Amino acid sequence: MKHARVACAGTIQDATEESGRLRFPDGGLVAGDAVVWLPPIEAGTIFALGLNYADHAKELAFKAPDEPLVFLKGPQSLCGHLGRTMRPAGVSYMHYECELAVVIGRMARNVERTEAYHYVRGYTVANDYAIRDYLENYYRPNLRVKSRDSATPLGPWLVDAADVPDPMNLRLRTLINGRVVQEGSTRDMIFDIPALISYLSSFLTLEPGDLILTGTPQGLADVQVGDEVVAEIEGIGSLKNTIVAAPEESHVG
Amino acid sequence: MLLERGNAVYGVALNFRASREALAGQFYQDPYKKPPVAPILYVRPRNTWNVCGAAIPVPRDVEAVRMGGTLGIVIGRTACRVKTQRALDYVAGYTVVNDASIPHDSYFRPAIRERCRDGFCCVSPAMAERDALPDPNQVEVRIRVNGELRCRASTRDLVRPVETLIADITEFLTLRPGDILLTGEPHDAPVARAGDRVRVEIDGLPPLHCGVAPE
Repeated sequence: MKHARVACAGTIQDATEESGRLRFPDGGLVAGDAVVWLPPIEAGTIFALGLNYADHAKELAFKAPDEPLVFLKGPQSLCGHLGRTMRPAGVSYMHYECELAVVIGRMARNVERTEAYHYVRGYTVANDYAIRDYLENYYRPNLRVKSRDSATPLGPWLVDAADVPDPMNLRLRTLINGRVVQEGSTRDMIFDIPALISYLSSFLTLEPGDLILTGTPQGLADVQVGDEVVAEIEGIGSLKNTIVAAPEESHVG
Repeated sequence: MLLERGNAVYGVALNFRASREALAGQFYQDPYKKPPVAPILYVRPRNTWNVCGAAIPVPRDVEAVRMGGTLGIVIGRTACRVKTQRALDYVAGYTVVNDASIPHDSYFRPAIRERCRDGFCCVSPAMAERDALPDPNQVEVRIRVNGELRCRASTRDLVRPVETLIADITEFLTLRPGDILLTGEPHDAPVARAGDRVRVEIDGLPPLHCGVAPE
């Protein structure tokens, strides 16, 4: 089953997918364009992976890491499907990153690889935008690059784990204004989902609602104001988002 | 305001001048190449949340844990693109925090293994109103281990004072009511071992005390 969180008719509601439309708990059925899409879960801790696809690590001129390169993001970085992400004035390189996001379903501590999938509630799509102009070599990738307001679209759906028989063999791709710019497969991850759950839970407790953004394959390109960016993963969803300019400084309250 | 697990908590590394000075010789070398420009931020995830009076668990493979006693700024209203001159208007109050970490020398990659351990961020849940500190950039932070004064630092030695931190962070990251911003651990923050008692004192605020226990 596919789940969504949306704002509709003045309330925030959970919904499930039915023939491309949204079924609400009260029985109501509406089209996807009649709602405001929110991130499909109220996320706890947001873990993200850097350099987790060999081709992407090479593209960035890094050798593949021996240990997962994990960084964290703040909750304000998320936004829903059909949301907007700001490109600051004057930056030269802002890129998307299409990623499979794993949603944790149970408390997990010291989990073995072989048991790891039991702790997964489901999957969704994340677009982990980065602004490379702000990269610094201190706790890199630093928050100014990766934890910006509304710069991590998530959704549209949370797909139950039971409906994704092989999450390590899904095609991913990103389109800018309809043109394919990034393509890959989750099978090319360096640290796969069981490895990531096992690694993180070896030194901390994962909790229901925690998210793991599993990294992105090669194919980065700059996005500009007005671009419509679609990050999609086979069987999980197609996450659309628009790049907008930051409001003038003089309008800040 | 009662502080609760689940509020966003952000820390900032190398925010005491002495910490910067100690690393200054490496700033132009690999892997850093250039001195830092933006605040060196990190996220304190919810698994690290702990409260005054509880014990900080020492992981099995670790001998001692650094006790990062620090002033916590509690945000009172939504703070987005805030100007330095108005930054304190967004502060609800202050609290004392022990932002523990496994000692580490490298600031190149996010210190997830060193900082994001369960129970490593010990917060005094009783926030003091903003008036409790007439000037948050003039307070002394004292860290005692088993009663002995092991560290004494003043927020007058911050690289970025409270107002500048709020302005530089909210330039790209909106802080919400109840979010906590940690001003930084002192350069010579002491370590503690299982069995120790730790107390962090900031004049004008209720002290924070915690134990240290094997995981």
